[in-house]
Amino acid sequence: MTSSGRVWKFGDDVNTDLIIPGRYLSSYDAAHLAKHAMEGLSGSFAKDVRPGDVIVAGTHFGCGSSREQAVIALKSAGVSAVVAKSFARIFYRNAVNLGLPVLVSADASENFEDGDMAAVDIPSLKIASADGSKVSVIEGVPEHVRAILESGGLVPHLRARIEKGR
Amino acid sequence: MTGRTVAEKIIGRAAGTADARAGAVVEAYPDLLMSHENTYLVSKAFSELGAKKPYDVDRIAIVLDHRTPANTVETAAAHSNIRALVRDLGIKHFYDVGEGICHQILVEEHLAKPGQLIVGTDSHTSTAGAVGAFATGIGATEMAGVWATGYLWLKVPETIRVHLKGHLEKAVFPKDVSLHLAAKLGPSAAEYKCIEFDGIFLFDISISGRMVLCNMATELGAKAAVVPADSTFSTWSPEHCGLNGHACKSDPDARFIESFDVDAEKIPPMVSGPHRVELAGPVDKFEGIKIDQAFIGTCTNGRLEDLIAASWVLKGNKVAPGVRLLVCPASRSVLSTAMEMGVIQTIVAAGGTILPPGCGPCLGAHGGVLGPGEVCISSGNRNFRGRMGSQDSEIYIASPATVASSAITGRVTDPRGWLTVDL
Repeated sequence: MTSSGRVWKFGDDVNTDLIIPGRYLSSYDAAHLAKHAMEGLSGSFAKDVRPGDVIVAGTHFGCGSSREQAVIALKSAGVSAVVAKSFARIFYRNAVNLGLPVLVSADASENFEDGDMAAVDIPSLKIASADGSKVSVIEGVPEHVRAILESGGLVPHLRARIEKGR
Repeated sequence: MTGRTVAEKIIGRAAGTADARAGAVVEAYPDLLMSHENTYLVSKAFSELGAKKPYDVDRIAIVLDHRTPANTVETAAAHSNIRALVRDLGIKHFYDVGEGICHQILVEEHLAKPGQLIVGTDSHTSTAGAVGAFATGIGATEMAGVWATGYLWLKVPETIRVHLKGHLEKAVFPKDVSLHLAAKLGPSAAEYKCIEFDGIFLFDISISGRMVLCNMATELGAKAAVVPADSTFSTWSPEHCGLNGHACKSDPDARFIESFDVDAEKIPPMVSGPHRVELAGPVDKFEGIKIDQAFIGTCTNGRLEDLIAASWVLKGNKVAPGVRLLVCPASRSVLSTAMEMGVIQTIVAAGGTILPPGCGPCLGAHGGVLGPGEVCISSGNRNFRGRMGSQDSEIYIASPATVASSAITGRVTDPRGWLTVDL
Protein backbone atom coordinates (compact mmCIF):
# COMPACT_ATOMS: atom_id res chain seq x y z
CA MET A 1 0.00 0.00 0.00
CA THR A 2 1.82 3.05 -1.28
CA SER A 3 0.39 6.40 -2.22
CA SER A 4 1.86 9.69 -3.27
CA GLY A 5 0.86 13.26 -3.87
CA ARG A 6 0.97 16.76 -2.48
CA VAL A 7 1.25 17.30 1.27
CA TRP A 8 -1.54 19.34 2.83
CA LYS A 9 -0.35 20.41 6.24
CA PHE A 10 -2.60 21.24 9.18
CA GLY A 11 -1.99 21.88 12.89
CA ASP A 12 -3.20 20.31 16.14
CA ASP A 13 -6.80 19.51 17.16
CA VAL A 14 -8.31 19.67 13.66
CA ASN A 15 -11.95 18.99 14.57
CA THR A 16 -14.70 17.48 12.45
CA ASP A 17 -16.62 20.78 12.36
CA LEU A 18 -13.63 22.15 10.42
CA ILE A 19 -13.29 19.05 8.22
CA ILE A 20 -16.98 19.08 7.24
CA PRO A 21 -19.27 21.65 8.89
CA GLY A 22 -22.63 20.45 10.25
CA ARG A 23 -24.58 22.53 7.76
CA TYR A 24 -23.56 20.12 4.96
CA LEU A 25 -24.53 16.94 6.79
CA SER A 26 -28.08 16.90 5.47
CA SER A 27 -26.53 15.52 2.29
CA TYR A 28 -25.20 11.98 2.06
CA ASP A 29 -23.67 12.51 -1.39
CA ALA A 30 -19.92 11.87 -1.20
CA ALA A 31 -19.10 14.21 -4.11
CA HIS A 32 -21.08 17.03 -2.48
CA LEU A 33 -19.30 16.47 0.84
CA ALA A 34 -15.92 16.48 -0.95
CA LYS A 35 -16.67 19.94 -2.33
CA HIS A 36 -16.75 21.27 1.23
CA ALA A 37 -13.89 19.23 2.70
CA MET A 38 -11.69 21.24 5.09
CA GLU A 39 -13.80 24.30 4.41
CA GLY A 40 -13.32 25.48 7.99
CA LEU A 41 -9.55 25.66 7.56
CA SER A 42 -8.70 26.19 3.92
CA GLY A 43 -10.46 27.94 1.07
CA SER A 44 -8.37 26.15 -1.56
CA PHE A 45 -8.19 22.56 -0.28
CA ALA A 46 -11.44 21.25 -1.79
CA LYS A 47 -10.68 22.95 -5.11
CA ASP A 48 -7.03 21.99 -5.45
CA VAL A 49 -6.73 18.58 -3.76
CA ARG A 50 -5.85 15.77 -6.18
CA PRO A 51 -6.14 11.97 -5.93
CA GLY A 52 -3.21 10.62 -3.95
CA ASP A 53 -2.63 13.75 -1.85
CA VAL A 54 -1.65 13.28 1.77
CA ILE A 55 -2.70 15.20 4.88
CA VAL A 56 0.04 15.74 7.46
CA ALA A 57 -1.13 17.08 10.82
CA GLY A 58 -0.28 17.46 14.50
CA THR A 59 -1.97 15.92 17.50
CA HIS A 60 -5.61 14.86 18.05
CA PHE A 61 -6.60 14.96 14.36
CA GLY A 62 -10.34 14.49 13.79
CA CYS A 63 -11.53 15.39 17.28
CA GLY A 64 -15.15 16.37 17.87
CA SER A 65 -18.22 14.67 16.50
CA SER A 66 -18.50 11.06 15.35
CA ARG A 67 -19.66 12.12 11.87
CA GLU A 68 -18.38 9.59 9.38
CA GLN A 69 -18.92 12.24 6.70
CA ALA A 70 -15.57 13.73 7.80
CA VAL A 71 -13.81 10.65 6.45
CA ILE A 72 -16.14 10.37 3.44
CA ALA A 73 -15.41 14.00 2.49
CA LEU A 74 -11.62 13.56 2.67
CA LYS A 75 -11.61 10.20 0.92
CA SER A 76 -13.96 11.34 -1.79
CA ALA A 77 -11.84 14.47 -2.31
CA GLY A 78 -8.92 12.18 -3.14
CA VAL A 79 -6.91 12.07 0.10
CA SER A 80 -4.95 8.80 0.13
CA ALA A 81 -3.67 8.88 3.72
CA VAL A 82 -3.58 11.03 6.84
CA VAL A 83 -0.30 11.10 8.78
CA ALA A 84 -0.57 12.75 12.19
CA LYS A 85 1.10 12.85 15.59
CA SER A 86 -2.08 11.40 17.07
CA PHE A 87 -5.72 10.88 16.17
CA ALA A 88 -8.99 11.32 18.01
CA ARG A 89 -10.29 7.80 18.45
CA ILE A 90 -13.64 7.91 16.63
CA PHE A 91 -12.10 9.54 13.55
CA TYR A 92 -9.35 6.91 13.63
CA ARG A 93 -11.86 4.05 13.72
CA ASN A 94 -14.05 5.65 11.06
CA ALA A 95 -11.08 6.08 8.72
CA VAL A 96 -9.96 2.48 9.18
CA ASN A 97 -13.54 1.26 8.72
CA LEU A 98 -13.85 3.16 5.44
CA GLY A 99 -10.40 2.05 4.26
CA LEU A 100 -8.57 5.38 4.58
CA PRO A 101 -5.08 4.78 6.02
CA VAL A 102 -4.49 6.80 9.19
CA LEU A 103 -0.88 6.64 10.29
CA VAL A 104 0.93 7.93 13.34
CA SER A 105 4.29 9.64 12.94
CA ALA A 106 6.13 11.45 15.72
CA ASP A 107 7.86 13.95 13.46
CA ALA A 108 6.24 14.10 10.01
CA SER A 109 4.42 17.28 11.01
CA GLU A 110 7.76 18.93 11.79
CA ASN A 111 9.59 17.42 8.82
CA PHE A 112 7.15 18.17 6.03
CA GLU A 113 5.89 21.49 4.66
CA ASP A 114 2.62 22.28 3.01
CA GLY A 115 3.05 21.76 -0.74
CA ASP A 116 5.82 19.14 -0.51
CA MET A 117 5.42 16.14 -2.79
CA ALA A 118 5.59 12.95 -0.74
CA ALA A 119 4.99 9.21 -0.85
CA VAL A 120 3.54 7.17 1.99
CA ASP A 121 4.87 3.62 2.05
CA ILE A 122 2.88 1.57 4.55
CA PRO A 123 4.76 -1.76 4.26
CA SER A 124 8.08 -0.07 5.01
CA LEU A 125 6.47 2.35 7.50
CA LYS A 126 7.77 5.64 6.18
CA ILE A 127 6.73 8.85 4.51
CA ALA A 128 9.36 10.33 2.19
CA SER A 129 9.54 13.44 0.04
CA ALA A 130 9.73 12.93 -3.72
CA ASP A 131 13.36 14.13 -3.84
CA GLY A 132 14.30 11.86 -0.95
CA SER A 133 15.50 14.74 1.23
CA LYS A 134 12.91 14.18 3.97
CA VAL A 135 11.94 10.88 5.57
CA SER A 136 9.76 10.28 8.62
CA VAL A 137 9.08 6.98 10.32
CA ILE A 138 5.48 5.79 10.68
CA GLU A 139 4.45 3.71 13.68
CA GLY A 140 3.49 0.10 13.06
CA VAL A 141 -0.22 -0.47 12.48
CA PRO A 142 -1.78 -2.89 15.02
CA GLU A 143 -2.60 -6.29 13.51
CA HIS A 144 -6.39 -6.03 13.97
CA VAL A 145 -6.41 -2.60 12.32
CA ARG A 146 -4.14 -3.69 9.48
CA ALA A 147 -6.49 -6.59 8.72
CA ILE A 148 -9.41 -4.19 8.23
CA LEU A 149 -7.36 -1.74 6.14
CA GLU A 150 -6.05 -4.55 3.94
CA SER A 151 -9.61 -5.71 3.28
CA GLY A 152 -10.42 -2.19 2.11
CA GLY A 153 -12.56 -1.33 5.14
CA LEU A 154 -14.91 -2.89 7.67
CA VAL A 155 -17.70 -3.84 5.23
CA PRO A 156 -15.54 -6.08 3.01
CA HIS A 157 -13.68 -7.30 6.11
CA LEU A 158 -16.84 -8.41 7.92
CA ARG A 159 -18.66 -9.56 4.81
CA ALA A 160 -16.09 -12.33 4.47
CA ARG A 161 -16.67 -13.35 8.10
CA ILE A 162 -20.46 -13.17 7.76
CA GLU A 163 -20.37 -15.38 4.65
CA LYS A 164 -18.35 -17.91 6.63
CA GLY A 165 -21.10 -17.86 9.24
CA ARG A 166 -19.35 -15.98 12.04
CA MET B 1 -2.85 -8.97 40.38
CA THR B 2 -4.31 -5.57 41.22
CA GLY B 3 -8.03 -4.93 41.30
CA ARG B 4 -9.99 -3.89 38.25
CA THR B 5 -11.45 -0.56 37.18
CA VAL B 6 -15.07 -0.14 36.13
CA ALA B 7 -13.93 0.02 32.49
CA GLU B 8 -12.01 -3.25 32.81
CA LYS B 9 -14.93 -4.98 34.52
CA ILE B 10 -17.60 -3.85 32.07
CA ILE B 11 -15.61 -4.50 28.90
CA GLY B 12 -14.33 -7.79 30.31
CA ARG B 13 -17.88 -8.96 31.01
CA ALA B 14 -19.02 -7.94 27.53
CA ALA B 15 -16.05 -9.74 26.00
CA GLY B 16 -16.50 -12.83 28.14
CA THR B 17 -13.03 -12.64 29.70
CA ALA B 18 -11.50 -11.61 33.01
CA ASP B 19 -8.27 -10.76 31.17
CA ALA B 20 -9.60 -7.51 29.74
CA ARG B 21 -6.95 -5.34 31.38
CA ALA B 22 -5.99 -1.87 30.19
CA GLY B 23 -4.17 -2.14 26.87
CA ALA B 24 -5.74 -5.45 25.83
CA VAL B 25 -7.66 -5.56 22.55
CA VAL B 26 -10.85 -7.63 22.83
CA GLU B 27 -13.96 -8.44 20.84
CA ALA B 28 -16.81 -7.17 23.01
CA TYR B 29 -20.58 -7.57 22.65
CA PRO B 30 -22.28 -4.29 23.65
CA ASP B 31 -25.62 -4.40 25.48
CA LEU B 32 -27.10 -1.36 23.77
CA LEU B 33 -26.54 0.06 20.26
CA MET B 34 -27.75 3.63 19.80
CA SER B 35 -27.88 5.65 16.60
CA HIS B 36 -29.64 8.82 15.48
CA GLU B 37 -30.13 10.36 12.00
CA ASN B 38 -26.93 8.70 10.87
CA THR B 39 -28.89 5.43 11.06
CA TYR B 40 -29.30 6.23 7.37
CA LEU B 41 -25.58 5.53 6.89
CA VAL B 42 -25.77 2.56 9.28
CA SER B 43 -28.54 0.97 7.24
CA LYS B 44 -26.65 1.49 3.97
CA ALA B 45 -23.57 -0.25 5.38
CA PHE B 46 -25.75 -2.94 7.02
CA SER B 47 -27.28 -3.91 3.69
CA GLU B 48 -23.82 -3.95 2.06
CA LEU B 49 -22.68 -6.40 4.73
CA GLY B 50 -25.12 -9.00 3.49
CA ALA B 51 -26.41 -9.88 6.98
CA LYS B 52 -29.97 -11.20 6.89
CA LYS B 53 -30.97 -9.83 10.26
CA PRO B 54 -29.38 -8.10 13.26
CA TYR B 55 -27.53 -10.15 15.84
CA ASP B 56 -30.06 -8.95 18.46
CA VAL B 57 -32.65 -6.47 17.29
CA ASP B 58 -33.73 -5.67 20.86
CA ARG B 59 -30.33 -4.13 21.63
CA ILE B 60 -30.88 -1.48 18.95
CA ALA B 61 -32.22 1.98 19.88
CA ILE B 62 -32.82 4.70 17.29
CA VAL B 63 -33.62 8.32 18.14
CA LEU B 64 -34.22 11.04 15.54
CA ASP B 65 -32.89 14.25 17.07
CA HIS B 66 -30.20 16.02 15.02
CA ARG B 67 -32.30 17.61 12.29
CA THR B 68 -35.83 17.44 13.64
CA PRO B 69 -38.37 18.33 12.37
CA ALA B 70 -36.68 17.73 9.01
CA ASN B 71 -34.70 20.77 7.79
CA THR B 72 -34.37 19.72 4.14
CA VAL B 73 -35.98 17.38 1.63
CA GLU B 74 -32.93 15.09 1.92
CA THR B 75 -33.34 14.86 5.68
CA ALA B 76 -37.07 14.14 5.35
CA ALA B 77 -36.29 11.34 2.90
CA ALA B 78 -33.64 9.94 5.24
CA HIS B 79 -36.13 10.02 8.13
CA SER B 80 -38.67 8.08 5.99
CA ASN B 81 -36.02 5.58 5.08
CA ILE B 82 -35.19 5.05 8.77
CA ARG B 83 -38.89 4.59 9.68
CA ALA B 84 -39.20 1.91 6.97
CA LEU B 85 -36.11 0.16 8.30
CA VAL B 86 -37.52 0.24 11.85
CA ARG B 87 -40.68 -1.45 10.56
CA ASP B 88 -38.83 -4.00 8.43
CA LEU B 89 -36.40 -5.09 11.14
CA GLY B 90 -38.97 -4.85 13.96
CA ILE B 91 -36.92 -2.39 16.05
CA LYS B 92 -38.84 -1.72 19.28
CA HIS B 93 -36.78 1.10 20.73
CA PHE B 94 -37.53 3.79 18.16
CA TYR B 95 -38.06 7.45 19.09
CA ASP B 96 -39.32 9.62 16.27
CA VAL B 97 -39.06 13.38 15.68
CA GLY B 98 -39.93 15.42 18.78
CA GLU B 99 -39.22 12.82 21.47
CA GLY B 100 -35.84 14.28 22.38
CA ILE B 101 -32.07 13.93 22.24
CA CYS B 102 -30.67 10.41 22.00
CA HIS B 103 -28.51 10.66 25.14
CA GLN B 104 -31.42 12.03 27.15
CA ILE B 105 -33.78 9.30 25.90
CA LEU B 106 -31.36 6.46 26.76
CA VAL B 107 -31.28 7.59 30.39
CA GLU B 108 -34.87 8.81 30.70
CA GLU B 109 -36.31 5.61 29.25
CA HIS B 110 -33.98 3.49 31.41
CA LEU B 111 -32.49 1.87 28.32
CA ALA B 112 -29.04 2.66 29.74
CA LYS B 113 -28.32 0.71 32.90
CA PRO B 114 -25.43 0.30 35.33
CA GLY B 115 -22.71 -2.07 34.19
CA GLN B 116 -23.74 -2.01 30.54
CA LEU B 117 -21.42 -1.62 27.60
CA ILE B 118 -23.09 0.90 25.28
CA VAL B 119 -21.99 2.06 21.83
CA GLY B 120 -23.60 4.99 20.05
CA THR B 121 -22.98 6.76 16.76
CA ASP B 122 -22.43 10.05 18.51
CA SER B 123 -19.39 11.46 20.25
CA HIS B 124 -21.37 12.39 23.36
CA THR B 125 -22.47 8.78 23.95
CA SER B 126 -20.28 9.05 27.08
CA THR B 127 -23.28 10.82 28.70
CA ALA B 128 -24.78 7.44 29.73
CA GLY B 129 -21.81 6.97 32.05
CA ALA B 130 -23.95 8.96 34.50
CA VAL B 131 -25.86 5.77 35.29
CA GLY B 132 -22.76 3.63 35.71
CA ALA B 133 -22.50 2.33 32.14
CA PHE B 134 -19.39 2.32 29.94
CA ALA B 135 -20.69 4.21 26.92
CA THR B 136 -18.58 5.21 23.94
CA GLY B 137 -18.96 6.75 20.50
CA ILE B 138 -18.35 4.95 17.20
CA GLY B 139 -19.10 5.70 13.54
CA ALA B 140 -22.00 4.59 11.38
CA THR B 141 -20.21 1.84 9.43
CA GLU B 142 -18.90 0.34 12.64
CA MET B 143 -22.44 0.38 14.05
CA ALA B 144 -23.61 -1.59 11.01
CA GLY B 145 -20.94 -4.15 11.85
CA VAL B 146 -22.19 -4.39 15.45
CA TRP B 147 -25.80 -4.69 14.29
CA ALA B 148 -24.79 -7.61 12.08
CA THR B 149 -22.26 -9.49 14.21
CA GLY B 150 -23.04 -8.28 17.72
CA TYR B 151 -19.44 -7.32 18.47
CA LEU B 152 -16.65 -4.85 17.79
CA TRP B 153 -12.98 -4.65 18.71
CA LEU B 154 -12.21 -2.43 21.67
CA LYS B 155 -8.96 -1.54 23.33
CA VAL B 156 -9.51 -1.60 27.07
CA PRO B 157 -8.65 1.93 28.21
CA GLU B 158 -6.58 3.18 31.11
CA THR B 159 -8.64 5.12 33.64
CA ILE B 160 -8.11 8.60 35.03
CA ARG B 161 -9.74 9.12 38.41
CA VAL B 162 -11.17 12.56 39.11
CA HIS B 163 -11.93 13.04 42.77
CA LEU B 164 -14.40 15.86 43.37
CA LYS B 165 -14.08 17.43 46.81
CA GLY B 166 -16.38 19.82 48.65
CA HIS B 167 -19.62 21.43 47.52
CA LEU B 168 -20.56 23.89 44.78
CA GLU B 169 -21.11 27.56 45.58
CA LYS B 170 -24.37 29.31 44.71
CA ALA B 171 -24.94 29.78 40.94
CA VAL B 172 -22.18 27.26 40.16
CA PHE B 173 -23.19 24.07 38.37
CA PRO B 174 -21.68 20.80 37.13
CA LYS B 175 -21.17 22.57 33.76
CA ASP B 176 -18.80 24.99 35.48
CA VAL B 177 -16.89 22.01 36.91
CA SER B 178 -16.59 20.58 33.39
CA LEU B 179 -15.35 23.88 31.94
CA HIS B 180 -12.86 24.12 34.82
CA LEU B 181 -11.59 20.63 33.89
CA ALA B 182 -11.38 21.60 30.21
CA ALA B 183 -9.27 24.67 31.04
CA LYS B 184 -7.06 22.67 33.37
CA LEU B 185 -6.54 19.56 31.24
CA GLY B 186 -7.06 20.50 27.57
CA PRO B 187 -8.86 18.68 24.75
CA SER B 188 -6.76 15.52 24.56
CA ALA B 189 -5.83 14.87 28.19
CA ALA B 190 -8.06 11.81 28.32
CA GLU B 191 -7.49 10.63 24.73
CA TYR B 192 -8.19 6.86 24.54
CA LYS B 193 -8.89 6.86 28.28
CA CYS B 194 -11.85 6.50 30.59
CA ILE B 195 -12.57 9.10 33.28
CA GLU B 196 -14.04 7.84 36.52
CA PHE B 197 -15.60 10.45 38.78
CA ASP B 198 -15.87 10.02 42.52
CA GLY B 199 -16.12 12.08 45.69
CA ILE B 200 -18.61 13.45 48.14
CA PHE B 201 -19.59 16.17 45.65
CA LEU B 202 -21.45 13.57 43.61
CA PHE B 203 -23.98 13.14 46.41
CA ASP B 204 -24.94 16.80 45.89
CA ILE B 205 -25.88 16.35 42.29
CA SER B 206 -28.58 14.50 40.51
CA ILE B 207 -28.38 12.11 37.58
CA SER B 208 -28.77 15.24 35.39
CA GLY B 209 -25.62 16.80 36.84
CA ARG B 210 -23.72 13.55 36.41
CA MET B 211 -24.83 13.49 32.77
CA VAL B 212 -23.20 16.92 32.32
CA LEU B 213 -19.87 15.68 33.72
CA CYS B 214 -19.89 12.52 31.58
CA ASN B 215 -21.08 14.40 28.48
CA MET B 216 -18.34 17.03 28.70
CA ALA B 217 -15.67 14.35 29.31
CA THR B 218 -15.74 13.96 25.52
CA GLU B 219 -14.29 17.49 25.31
CA LEU B 220 -11.29 16.18 27.26
CA GLY B 221 -10.88 13.50 24.59
CA ALA B 222 -12.24 10.71 26.81
CA LYS B 223 -13.36 7.41 25.31
CA ALA B 224 -15.91 7.13 28.10
CA ALA B 225 -16.65 8.56 31.53
CA VAL B 226 -18.31 6.79 34.41
CA VAL B 227 -19.96 7.74 37.66
CA PRO B 228 -20.28 4.40 39.43
CA ALA B 229 -23.91 3.76 40.39
CA ASP B 230 -24.45 4.63 44.06
CA SER B 231 -27.27 5.46 46.44
CA THR B 232 -28.29 8.53 44.39
CA PHE B 233 -28.77 6.23 41.45
CA SER B 234 -30.72 3.67 43.45
CA THR B 235 -33.06 6.41 44.69
CA TRP B 236 -33.53 7.65 41.15
CA SER B 237 -34.14 4.23 39.68
CA PRO B 238 -34.56 1.53 42.35
CA GLU B 239 -35.86 -1.00 39.86
CA HIS B 240 -32.74 -0.71 37.71
CA CYS B 241 -29.98 -0.61 40.27
CA GLY B 242 -27.90 -3.74 40.31
CA LEU B 243 -29.82 -5.01 37.33
CA ASN B 244 -28.17 -8.05 35.75
CA GLY B 245 -25.92 -8.09 38.81
CA HIS B 246 -23.19 -6.38 36.80
CA ALA B 247 -20.32 -5.04 38.84
CA CYS B 248 -20.08 -1.30 38.38
CA LYS B 249 -17.60 -0.07 40.93
CA SER B 250 -13.80 -0.11 40.71
CA ASP B 251 -11.97 -2.35 43.17
CA PRO B 252 -10.23 -0.46 46.00
CA ASP B 253 -6.83 -1.52 44.63
CA ALA B 254 -7.66 -0.85 40.95
CA ARG B 255 -4.89 0.83 38.98
CA PHE B 256 -5.52 4.39 37.78
CA ILE B 257 -3.06 5.88 35.32
CA GLU B 258 -3.63 9.29 36.86
CA SER B 259 -5.64 10.58 39.76
CA PHE B 260 -6.34 14.11 40.83
CA ASP B 261 -8.53 16.17 43.07
CA VAL B 262 -10.84 19.01 42.13
CA ASP B 263 -11.95 21.39 44.86
CA ALA B 264 -15.55 22.23 43.95
CA GLU B 265 -15.70 25.16 46.38
CA LYS B 266 -13.00 27.04 44.47
CA ILE B 267 -14.82 26.92 41.12
CA PRO B 268 -16.68 30.11 40.06
CA PRO B 269 -19.19 30.32 37.19
CA MET B 270 -17.12 29.59 34.08
CA VAL B 271 -17.29 30.63 30.43
CA SER B 272 -15.43 29.17 27.45
CA GLY B 273 -14.56 31.47 24.55
CA PRO B 274 -14.17 30.89 20.82
CA HIS B 275 -13.11 28.61 19.27
CA ARG B 276 -11.89 25.95 21.68
CA VAL B 277 -13.55 24.52 24.78
CA GLU B 278 -10.32 24.69 26.79
CA LEU B 279 -10.23 28.48 26.36
CA ALA B 280 -12.34 28.64 29.51
CA GLY B 281 -12.01 30.86 32.54
CA PRO B 282 -13.98 32.55 35.31
CA VAL B 283 -16.98 34.51 34.00
CA ASP B 284 -15.45 37.86 35.00
CA LYS B 285 -12.81 37.38 32.29
CA PHE B 286 -15.58 37.49 29.68
CA GLU B 287 -18.12 39.84 31.25
CA GLY B 288 -19.42 42.57 28.98
CA ILE B 289 -18.94 40.74 25.65
CA LYS B 290 -21.98 41.62 23.53
CA ILE B 291 -24.20 38.74 22.37
CA ASP B 292 -26.82 38.35 19.61
CA GLN B 293 -28.21 34.97 20.66
CA ALA B 294 -28.51 32.99 23.87
CA PHE B 295 -29.20 29.27 23.54
CA ILE B 296 -30.26 26.90 26.31
CA GLY B 297 -30.56 23.25 25.37
CA THR B 298 -28.49 20.27 24.08
CA CYS B 299 -27.44 16.90 25.47
CA THR B 300 -25.22 18.81 27.88
CA ASN B 301 -27.69 21.24 29.44
CA GLY B 302 -31.26 20.95 28.15
CA ARG B 303 -32.70 19.03 31.09
CA LEU B 304 -35.38 20.01 33.59
CA GLU B 305 -33.02 21.39 36.21
CA ASP B 306 -31.29 23.47 33.53
CA LEU B 307 -34.60 25.01 32.45
CA ILE B 308 -35.55 25.59 36.09
CA ALA B 309 -32.24 27.37 36.80
CA ALA B 310 -32.76 29.54 33.72
CA SER B 311 -36.35 30.35 34.71
CA TRP B 312 -35.29 31.45 38.18
CA VAL B 313 -32.85 33.89 36.61
CA LEU B 314 -35.41 35.05 34.04
CA LYS B 315 -38.41 35.39 36.38
CA GLY B 316 -39.69 38.98 36.28
CA ASN B 317 -37.01 40.00 33.75
CA LYS B 318 -36.99 40.56 30.00
CA VAL B 319 -34.54 39.41 27.36
CA ALA B 320 -32.47 42.41 26.18
CA PRO B 321 -33.72 44.15 23.01
CA GLY B 322 -31.98 42.74 19.94
CA VAL B 323 -31.11 39.46 21.65
CA ARG B 324 -32.75 36.14 20.78
CA LEU B 325 -33.18 33.63 23.61
CA LEU B 326 -33.77 30.12 22.25
CA VAL B 327 -34.69 27.32 24.63
CA CYS B 328 -34.73 23.73 23.43
CA PRO B 329 -35.82 21.10 25.99
CA ALA B 330 -33.82 17.88 25.81
CA SER B 331 -36.96 15.75 25.56
CA ARG B 332 -40.75 15.75 25.39
CA SER B 333 -40.81 14.66 29.02
CA VAL B 334 -38.58 17.62 30.03
CA LEU B 335 -40.85 19.98 28.08
CA SER B 336 -43.98 18.50 29.57
CA THR B 337 -42.77 18.68 33.19
CA ALA B 338 -41.38 22.19 32.64
CA MET B 339 -44.85 23.20 31.42
CA GLU B 340 -46.57 21.70 34.46
CA MET B 341 -44.14 23.58 36.71
CA GLY B 342 -44.69 26.92 34.96
CA VAL B 343 -41.04 27.03 33.87
CA ILE B 344 -41.89 27.33 30.18
CA GLN B 345 -44.40 30.13 30.92
CA THR B 346 -41.68 32.09 32.75
CA ILE B 347 -39.24 31.66 29.86
CA VAL B 348 -41.84 32.71 27.29
CA ALA B 349 -42.97 35.69 29.39
CA ALA B 350 -39.34 36.84 29.55
CA GLY B 351 -39.19 36.81 25.76
CA GLY B 352 -37.70 33.36 25.12
CA THR B 353 -38.56 31.18 22.10
CA ILE B 354 -39.21 27.48 22.74
CA LEU B 355 -37.83 25.05 20.13
CA PRO B 356 -39.03 21.45 19.62
CA PRO B 357 -37.15 18.86 21.72
CA GLY B 358 -33.99 17.73 19.93
CA CYS B 359 -30.46 18.95 19.27
CA GLY B 360 -31.65 22.39 18.12
CA PRO B 361 -29.06 24.69 16.53
CA CYS B 362 -26.09 23.15 18.44
CA LEU B 363 -24.73 21.45 15.32
CA GLY B 364 -25.49 24.34 12.98
CA ALA B 365 -28.01 22.56 10.78
CA HIS B 366 -31.20 24.48 11.58
CA GLY B 367 -33.38 26.19 14.17
CA GLY B 368 -31.25 29.21 15.06
CA VAL B 369 -28.02 29.14 13.07
CA LEU B 370 -25.67 32.11 13.37
CA GLY B 371 -25.00 34.72 10.69
CA PRO B 372 -21.63 36.35 9.88
CA GLY B 373 -20.26 38.36 12.80
CA GLU B 374 -22.87 37.08 15.25
CA VAL B 375 -22.10 36.01 18.80
CA CYS B 376 -23.95 33.30 20.71
CA ILE B 377 -23.70 32.19 24.31
CA SER B 378 -24.77 28.55 24.51
CA SER B 379 -25.28 25.91 27.17
CA GLY B 380 -23.91 23.34 24.68
CA ASN B 381 -20.61 21.52 24.63
CA ARG B 382 -18.60 22.82 21.67
CA ASN B 383 -17.61 26.26 20.45
CA PHE B 384 -15.60 25.19 17.40
CA ARG B 385 -15.39 27.71 14.57
CA GLY B 386 -18.43 27.58 12.32
CA ARG B 387 -20.20 24.92 14.39
CA MET B 388 -23.48 26.80 14.76
CA GLY B 389 -23.47 28.50 11.36
CA SER B 390 -21.25 31.11 9.74
CA GLN B 391 -17.48 30.63 9.83
CA ASP B 392 -17.39 34.22 11.07
CA SER B 393 -19.63 33.70 14.08
CA GLU B 394 -18.49 33.13 17.65
CA ILE B 395 -19.76 30.79 20.37
CA TYR B 396 -19.24 31.14 24.11
CA ILE B 397 -20.31 28.24 26.30
CA ALA B 398 -21.54 28.39 29.88
CA SER B 399 -24.13 27.02 32.31
CA PRO B 400 -27.84 27.66 31.62
CA ALA B 401 -27.93 30.21 34.49
CA THR B 402 -25.06 32.19 32.92
CA VAL B 403 -26.73 31.99 29.49
CA ALA B 404 -29.98 33.30 31.03
CA SER B 405 -28.36 36.22 32.88
CA SER B 406 -26.48 37.10 29.68
CA ALA B 407 -29.75 37.06 27.71
CA ILE B 408 -31.22 39.65 30.09
CA THR B 409 -28.33 42.12 29.82
CA GLY B 410 -27.34 41.34 26.22
CA ARG B 411 -23.75 40.80 27.38
CA VAL B 412 -21.88 37.92 29.00
CA THR B 413 -22.99 38.28 32.62
CA ASP B 414 -22.14 36.68 35.96
CA PRO B 415 -25.28 34.78 37.08
CA ARG B 416 -24.52 35.33 40.78
CA GLY B 417 -26.23 38.73 40.77
CA TRP B 418 -29.34 37.25 39.16
CA LEU B 419 -29.78 33.86 40.74
CA THR B 420 -30.90 34.79 44.23
CA VAL B 421 -32.65 31.54 45.17
CA ASP B 422 -30.79 28.49 46.42
CA LEU B 423 -31.23 25.58 44.05
